[in-house]
Amino acid sequence: MDDKLIIGDREITSRLFIGTGKFPANRIIPDVVRMSGAQVVTVALRRIDFDSDDENMLKYIPKDCILMPNTSGARNAEEAVRIARLARALGCGNFIKIEVISDNRYLLPDNMETVRATEILAREGFTVLPYMSPDLMDARRLKDAGAAAVMPLGAPIGTNKGLKTREMIKILIDEIDIPVIVDAGIGKPSDACEAMELGAAAVLVNTAIATAGDPAVMAEAFAKAVIAGRKAFLSGMGPVKEYAEASSPLTGFLA
Amino acid sequence: MFITLNGKQTEVNDGISLTQLIRSKGLEPESIVIEYNRSILQREEWESVVLKENDKLEVLRFVGGG
Repeated sequence: MDDKLIIGDREITSRLFIGTGKFPANRIIPDVVRMSGAQVVTVALRRIDFDSDDENMLKYIPKDCILMPNTSGARNAEEAVRIARLARALGCGNFIKIEVISDNRYLLPDNMETVRATEILAREGFTVLPYMSPDLMDARRLKDAGAAAVMPLGAPIGTNKGLKTREMIKILIDEIDIPVIVDAGIGKPSDACEAMELGAAAVLVNTAIATAGDPAVMAEAFAKAVIAGRKAFLSGMGPVKEYAEASSPLTGFLA
Repeated sequence: MFITLNGKQTEVNDGISLTQLIRSKGLEPESIVIEYNRSILQREEWESVVLKENDKLEVLRFVGGG
């Protein structure tokens, strides 16, 4: 089955995107990336702490991955644009995940500022993937602003609660003609599978893998769940019915 | 003289070049990005920058993130 995911000018081989935060040790990340099969991998940009021995994250990410820096830490569009430009100056490509957050309790994204940042960065040639609250009008605004995909949240970041916004995400999938990638809240492989069955183009998972007892095995479980959900979506799922409908013939019973 | 390095007042030798400072901190150039007085520097520009009193330098790198 020909089933390509194109984002910006890249053909993406895996519909599981993974984040690199919260792992117990960076040295397990290469194994996790390999087991997940992920091609798109997110990172954050931070000040170097000269008083500690922090490591160069890039050495843990296989060279054939597409690096997708996020703009975490940005509270408005200007800060997101500043972080995005700095990330690009590091020379790891044009992909950027816009994340503009001013709410510290639920870490919900500010859609309005996100639209503003998307407009500026898309014009500068970035491939922009904005993290957003799943609102149809804002998703349209993001598309018009030049977003390459939209990334609605399933539940607040790091909560592992699953697809709490399922109905709203379904509306985006039905109405928006750029890839819809479910980001945040996905807590277990069945949540990822559910998002893919709904018709999501991909999912982005971090906490659920990074905080698992065995992150590499969990990464593999997610990879399989994403493939299963995608195949189910493409194959056309049977209808849901109110009453029973026998699967065995209702004739020819033994007398 | 003093510069502001990643938000902290930091003493450096008078007339130190940016490249010298990076080397003295043991940083791998390909893993960092520098903002000098709010402008992003491309790597090839580092060589020509000599630091002055009160310069503001941000030195960043990628870390794990989602």
